Amino acid sequence: MTPADFEYLASILKDRSGLSIGPDKTYLLESRLTPVARKNNLDDLDALVAEVRRSKKEAMLCEITEAMTTNESFFFRDATPFEIFEKAILPDLLEARASRKSLRIWSAACSTGQEAYSLSMILREMAPQLAGWRIEIVGTDISNEVLEKAKVGIYSQFEVQRGLPIQLLMKYFTQVNELWQIDASIRAMVTYKEFNLLKDLKALGSFDIIFCRNVLIYFDQPTKTKVLDAMSNILASDGCLFMGAAETVLGISDDFKPVPGHRGVYNTAQKADKSAIAPTASLAAAG
Amino acid sequence: MKSCLVVDDSKVIRMVARRILETLDFEISEAVDGQEALDACLEEMPDAILLDWNMPVMNGLDFLKSLRVVAGGDTPIVVFCTTENDMSHILEAMKAGANEYIMKPFDKEIIEAKFVQVGLL
Repeated sequence: MTPADFEYLASILKDRSGLSIGPDKTYLLESRLTPVARKNNLDDLDALVAEVRRSKKEAMLCEITEAMTTNESFFFRDATPFEIFEKAILPDLLEARASRKSLRIWSAACSTGQEAYSLSMILREMAPQLAGWRIEIVGTDISNEVLEKAKVGIYSQFEVQRGLPIQLLMKYFTQVNELWQIDASIRAMVTYKEFNLLKDLKALGSFDIIFCRNVLIYFDQPTKTKVLDAMSNILASDGCLFMGAAETVLGISDDFKPVPGHRGVYNTAQKADKSAIAPTASLAAAG
Repeated sequence: MKSCLVVDDSKVIRMVARRILETLDFEISEAVDGQEALDACLEEMPDAILLDWNMPVMNGLDFLKSLRVVAGGDTPIVVFCTTENDMSHILEAMKAGANEYIMKPFDKEIIEAKFVQVGLL
């Protein structure tokens, strides 16, 4: 691939998804986009780039973005965040929302749904305690293709074995030939929406918990800051954000602070203090 | 170092499992069928057992049932690892006292994930 072609594809990805890729990821472009070229009856990646430059066909641009932004997903990936969610964060929120009895959880860049369904299964296991509660789980992704898979909830034998305890497989899945489908009752707990994280997050409403793990690592620093700041605006003041274990908000966003003792979990406590004086500030701005 | 008995009549599977488990810091012993595994357990109970289902002499399910009734036989964590991949087999294995269940083919990620789930890692 020529450097010009690389730059062209990289700029498409940056504009459309926020994904930043350096020249060291040329192999990734080749391995992910060659199948897209074949699907469009083109010989190779060079032919694909030439065709996109010529036609600027929206469908093709979408396919390219989807192929590059689709990532592997496991049930209960990394285990710890789900334990923290169940044992530490959820009990506090249930207490804080005891009169309202409603919670909204967002699985951002949910891919094929494993994270959203892992949360659903945890909540389903707590069903007696949650009687009368309205809990909404929203899964969003930039790729329609993965969302279609998430909605159907059918997974390969490999996928149901990475992170999913056998007891939960027995309880919540049905075998369909060589594949496994998660039960309709669990599927009904999640609403899936196609959504680009670079768009105005307010369109999604506000949330009590946001899972956005191993997503921002693909963005450059200004984009990370933009997305985190926007998330802080739609997150409840006592809510929290889960990020990947290797990620941090340090030096990227002042709106979030780490929750002590819970690695990868952040809240906006600091910001809540600031917001105490915000009305005056906004009045001044309006005036 | 934790010990793991790998029970499978296929030499290739035993070798692949041994390699994966050794990278996870297990001390490995091997048995080619359920009877040989039971004899090994009666001598010394391992911490974990990775267990195939279909084997000559004594199959994995019969081994597990026998293991769970002998003295100390309730301590090893047993993870089935078999080509039997339908729900009825899974239910039968869990009912007989298995702790986890792997459907072949497996890779390191699956073994690691399952061993984490049962507290071996």
